[in-house]
Amino acid sequence: MSTATVANGGALDVSRTSKVPMSRLITVELRKMVDTRAGLWVLITIGVVTLLGVAIFGLAASDGEKTFNNFMGFTGGIQGLLLPVLGILLVTQEWGQRTAMVTFTLEPHRGKVIAAKIYASLLIGFAAFLVAVGGAALAAVVFGGGSGFDDLIAVDFLKFGLLQASGVLQGLAYGLLFLNSAVAIVTYLVLPLVFSIISSVVPAMQDAAPWVDLGTAQTPLFNLGALSGEEWAHVLVTALIWIVVPFVVGLWRVLRAELK
Amino acid sequence: MIKLEGVTKTYGDFTAVSDVSFVAQPGRVTGFLGPNGAGKSTSMRIMVGLTPPDRGTSTIGGLKYHDIPNPGRHVGVLLDASAQHAGRTGREVLTLSALTMGLPVSRVEEMLTLVGLTGPEAKRRVRNYSLGMRQRLGIANALLGDPSVLILDEPANGLDPAGIHWMRSLLRGYAERGGTVLLSSHLLHEVEMIADELVLIGHGRIVAQGTKAELLQTAGTFVKAEYPDKLAAALAEVGLKALPSGDGGLRTESEPIEVGRVAAAAGLVLSELRPAEGAGLEELFLELTGDTARESVTVEGVQA
Repeated sequence: MSTATVANGGALDVSRTSKVPMSRLITVELRKMVDTRAGLWVLITIGVVTLLGVAIFGLAASDGEKTFNNFMGFTGGIQGLLLPVLGILLVTQEWGQRTAMVTFTLEPHRGKVIAAKIYASLLIGFAAFLVAVGGAALAAVVFGGGSGFDDLIAVDFLKFGLLQASGVLQGLAYGLLFLNSAVAIVTYLVLPLVFSIISSVVPAMQDAAPWVDLGTAQTPLFNLGALSGEEWAHVLVTALIWIVVPFVVGLWRVLRAELK
Repeated sequence: MIKLEGVTKTYGDFTAVSDVSFVAQPGRVTGFLGPNGAGKSTSMRIMVGLTPPDRGTSTIGGLKYHDIPNPGRHVGVLLDASAQHAGRTGREVLTLSALTMGLPVSRVEEMLTLVGLTGPEAKRRVRNYSLGMRQRLGIANALLGDPSVLILDEPANGLDPAGIHWMRSLLRGYAERGGTVLLSSHLLHEVEMIADELVLIGHGRIVAQGTKAELLQTAGTFVKAEYPDKLAAALAEVGLKALPSGDGGLRTESEPIEVGRVAAAAGLVLSELRPAEGAGLEELFLELTGDTARESVTVEGVQA
């Protein structure tokens, strides 16, 4: 029996117990990403595929294309596909494996747990960003002879970081919304395809695409240079539709969900 | 101390628990007994805030579960031994809980030793665990934070007799040191072995509660006669209701001496006449579990 909780007429003495700090929850969530085979392999795949992609691009592309930014855009495309899967798994594994019962009894404030998952996956996203930037810089020196750094401005890094973060958050949002790995991953992969099919048949959709399609709106983020005001508006509006709204609905669902 | 007051939870037309009130006291092992689907698990999920009740309140040591800081340090919970990530090792499952609670990792080894999951077993992934091993892991997880209250849903499920004996001494020692233990079961003999206090639930309602001694002690008589039908008829004549009770015996709610007098007056030979000890709880429990079975028998009888 812990000295802190000796029964005093049956009342709990919680005066000497502090709440679970956010830092501890984040540590636990980071650990959950690597302590299963599925999570570990997604991380390893992200790292290996990023570096492999850089090497292939470096060998195959024409000399003029071997700029730092092109390398970074290439790695960003690969990571943009895989990072959301990580975000999805971090949420859905709790439901698929029913560990949410344990997680939410150890920290009954579910919003705090979700916040820890957001921080943890953004940290992983940032680590992936560093690997991508480092790999791209190395590749630009090795393959491009170090000449590909012209025209690079700070906002390009910001844009690239934004891309990674939005991918991670989109994954979390879909995970929260569907609470099922397969459904969330398939929806995440299939929705853009469905959209491009629709817009190829319906011409009106092509004009609307930058305002409703995340992929179209985010394309300028891959390119060099600052975005125009309208382009930023595209990014924000599509993020609202595909990230913020599913996230809010999913969060509402998880906060209210009954766990069995 | 766990306290439920007027807790009700409905799902559409189905009432899972209805006006459930009881107290689990410190220093006692309280058995929460009822057939499957009686509302035990729903009540326990309400206690730990996983299910919001429609009405009523549930507190632990005077606090709502949500208001207990770092609740793993005060309340040990095992709701479903299978609710663990199949891809994690037993040690990893406990390590995640220990990290959340802010406990040293050495505590994980202590608990693994306590529940007998040592060496290679702790390194195996949970998908390769038997139900009994999962229960042991779940109990280790509940005890990890050295809590003063334990809430265990069907903890003996999947344990062999030796395992049940082990758990009994573990929980008894725990209660003797002042802890509050609430454990559920759908098996009467299991709870009889472990618990001091009993709370019986059926169809979402509390049907009986008290100490084991109180509930096991019931008035009534068990009687066996040469001609049971004649005895039943003789008893019915003086207004005593008798029900068949296995082995050709009868059970009545009156005292043995009254039954003896009726038999003597009717000139019937008895082979057994004694107070019906400990049968009350069992009958009550059979009544709760046997509803569906009896209904089908009645239907057949009507058709015939």
